[in-house]
Amino acid sequence: MALKLIKKVGLGLMFALWSLAAHAEYSWNFPKPVTPMAADTLHVHNKFMVIIMVIFVVVLGIMIYSIINHRKSKGYKAATFTGPSTKAQVIWTLVPFAILLYIDFILMGIPAYHSVIMMEDTRNDAEMVVKVTGSQWRWQYEYMDGDAQGIKFVSNLTTPEDQIQNKAAKGENYLLEVDNELVLPVDKKVRILLTSNDVIHTWWVPAFGSARDAIPGFLRETWAKIEEPGTYRGQCKELCGKGHGFMPVVVKAVPEEEYKAWVAAKKQELATASAGADKEWSKDELMAHGKEVYAKNCAVCHQAEGQGLPPAFPGLAGSKIVNAPNFDADGKLMKDSHVDRVFNGIRVMPAWKGTLNDVDIAAVVTYERNSFGNNMGDLVQPAQIKALR
Amino acid sequence: MSTAAAAHHDDHQHDHPYGIMRWLTTTNHKDIGTMYLTFSLIMFLVGGAMILAVRAELFQPGLQLIRPEFFNQLIGVHALVMIFAALMPAATGFANWMLPLQIGAPDMALPRLNNWGFWLLPPAAILLTLPFTLALFGIGDGAIATGWTFYAPLSVQGGIGVDFAIFAVHLLGISSVMGSINIIVTIFNMRAPGMTMMKLPLFAWGWLITAFLLIATIPVLAGAVTMLLTDRHFGTHFFDAAGGGDPILFQHLFWFFGHPEVYILLLPVWGFIPHIISAFSRKPVYGYKAQVYSFWAIGILSVVVWAHHFLTVGLPVPALLYFMYSTMSISLPLAVLFFCWIANMWKGSMSFETPMLFTTGWIILFGIGGLTGLVLADVAADAQYHHSYFVVAHFHYTLFAGGIMGIMAGVYYWLPKMTGHMYNETLGKLHFWLTAIAFNVTFIPQFFLGLAGMPRRIPDYALQFSEFNMISSIGAFILGLSQLIFVYNIVKCVRGGEKASGKVWEGAEGLEWTLPSPPPYHSFTEQPVVK
Repeated sequence: MALKLIKKVGLGLMFALWSLAAHAEYSWNFPKPVTPMAADTLHVHNKFMVIIMVIFVVVLGIMIYSIINHRKSKGYKAATFTGPSTKAQVIWTLVPFAILLYIDFILMGIPAYHSVIMMEDTRNDAEMVVKVTGSQWRWQYEYMDGDAQGIKFVSNLTTPEDQIQNKAAKGENYLLEVDNELVLPVDKKVRILLTSNDVIHTWWVPAFGSARDAIPGFLRETWAKIEEPGTYRGQCKELCGKGHGFMPVVVKAVPEEEYKAWVAAKKQELATASAGADKEWSKDELMAHGKEVYAKNCAVCHQAEGQGLPPAFPGLAGSKIVNAPNFDADGKLMKDSHVDRVFNGIRVMPAWKGTLNDVDIAAVVTYERNSFGNNMGDLVQPAQIKALR
Repeated sequence: MSTAAAAHHDDHQHDHPYGIMRWLTTTNHKDIGTMYLTFSLIMFLVGGAMILAVRAELFQPGLQLIRPEFFNQLIGVHALVMIFAALMPAATGFANWMLPLQIGAPDMALPRLNNWGFWLLPPAAILLTLPFTLALFGIGDGAIATGWTFYAPLSVQGGIGVDFAIFAVHLLGISSVMGSINIIVTIFNMRAPGMTMMKLPLFAWGWLITAFLLIATIPVLAGAVTMLLTDRHFGTHFFDAAGGGDPILFQHLFWFFGHPEVYILLLPVWGFIPHIISAFSRKPVYGYKAQVYSFWAIGILSVVVWAHHFLTVGLPVPALLYFMYSTMSISLPLAVLFFCWIANMWKGSMSFETPMLFTTGWIILFGIGGLTGLVLADVAADAQYHHSYFVVAHFHYTLFAGGIMGIMAGVYYWLPKMTGHMYNETLGKLHFWLTAIAFNVTFIPQFFLGLAGMPRRIPDYALQFSEFNMISSIGAFILGLSQLIFVYNIVKCVRGGEKASGKVWEGAEGLEWTLPSPPPYHSFTEQPVVK
């Protein structure tokens, strides 16, 4: 009775799941590899999967044979042996052991050795260096050499809050889209240095076959040689706090020419932005820019309306720090002032001087002081922030 | 034993307080064993409820039910509860109940220590879960949100939940070490005449090695979390690079405990599984010596492979190679065990009552856990598997299938002995099939999620992961609800039912089956002699 019921329920469930799965877009294996390392990893993985499935099926087969035949209900009389008794039997028991030794240290062990050596060879023939810095909860990229040297930007999640809260339809690249992708040329070995500003993160792009931790206070490295132009998406995979699921890695691989054009354009853009620090900004300009910066960088903790998530993330609306002066009578930055907090950070609050430029910081501070019911009325000019560096 | 004098003698010994005082003050190994097992069952349900909340959130992409902060707390406390408050106490409960019976002793060697060891657990469980309640009253921001691994610097940054978890781990650790000392002393000193070490039941061997592993590694964990505590509150910089420390040091210390912990959870199960196979195959244990030596080999290897839990932190090449090959070599003694289990079934006269069903399912599912563990050792492929759902699926095959389903086999095997009543066989079988099927529906999709690139510990996910997550959540709910059958069956069996004979199972071997069911309050008042 019970067995029949289980069968019925089990079958029903299976069909239900089957129909669900039939029109799904899923994958059964690693994504298509685009670097030599990912190709190697996929190859090694496939080989190992075949090996373990063969082991599994053989062992399971023997067991099932025994389960079917050596049953009390079939009147099978139990043997009494407790170990191999003849020489031939001893040899037979050693055979699986020998096969496993061969699999572990030769069949799997040797290709695994070569993969490790390849994976850790980050420096030979490396044509350019990129530094990746993890922080809660965004990635920063800095180009360390060549034409692109000095290019530095932050890459934030752009998926709107409405999609996450199910108030709007989810886009195609839900949670895997950013404002500034890391742009890399194809067919060039890129040495990737990793570090972190706060806690441990892991920079991971499945199509590259590389994952490496970004550890605060230390430099780690990996490499990628992307062989196909395209946009590749990954995520942080070390638990790094509440935003852990919301810091994607997006890399755009482009042909050499296109990369050069991008470098030139990006340099121009950064030059314009830093020039902006020297001009006098109006309140409207600062407020408009500040609002953007706030939404990208601050709202995740302090929330869209500045109400915060106490006690870990204090509200900005009516905050004592926000509603107090920044500079003393001599124009010197006061300790524990609003600008000091944003610029230098404290505990969980990051030091934004490493991430945002002068205009961004000036604008976001101005915005916070004149929003969410705060009404300080004063402006912070980018030049004042520049002077602090 | 049947003489009037002996009966009177027994009565005298049965003199103990009644009601709550019996349980608070008891030094009886069976009472304490019962408390351990009950505590374990309750915490198993608590830990399960937490993860069902998580699976409900993961049913669909987007944030529906719980905030990411709370999500992070649930996954970490789920793991701590399941490992420290469900699996470990279950194994200790069996040790308390069965070791004295199996080795022919009247009780455990250190009964007062035994009582203390148990009564540290409830406060620890309260410490672990209290921050959830405190947060409701606006105190602190909830329980530990770092995952069960406490990784610094995230744990240095965390709220009061981390401190609560540190103290909970200290209490749980002290309890485990005391339990271990008790078990070692009991096995070394209280065996019946004639029971040499190489005649020890395998369950006792498995626990003996577990006990040594606990004593060797719990102090390292205690040290690591204490260093964390001083980093958090007393200005030390063990794990802070700015002060000359190293966050990776924490991972080394943690996993020096954490990897042996896996075997701490599994060795007791490997110990009693052969008893069950032997009983239901009506055939003596196969390869006893080989199994004992394999236990030793695995015990020793388990303390030298820890870094395979963090191969992506950027270890030097020689270290990567060493940890890869040493991890692979664990497959050798483990294969010996599998060989022995199957050879034990081979040409037996098998019947499939619930304990044997669970054992058979256990061998197959734990096999999947073991084989996926073998590929995880590969450093290059591990870069992909690491901290993805592939790993989540892998360790649930080893710890839910290999741990908890093994414990369930043990419960059905020994419950008639403990209570004197037979459990309901139909419900037992229903419980097995629902558990085994729902378990696979839950975790097979997670292998594919991991391969496709879904990281673990994320509260929301990209759209290509939707279908598998939905299937996994459905499986999880069936799995969770089927455990209510288990609870019902146990409660019913404790309250009454068909009388169980002393031997209970036709093919059962061992001293515990020579006593009536349930055994007298003080197990062996006269030492049995083992030939």
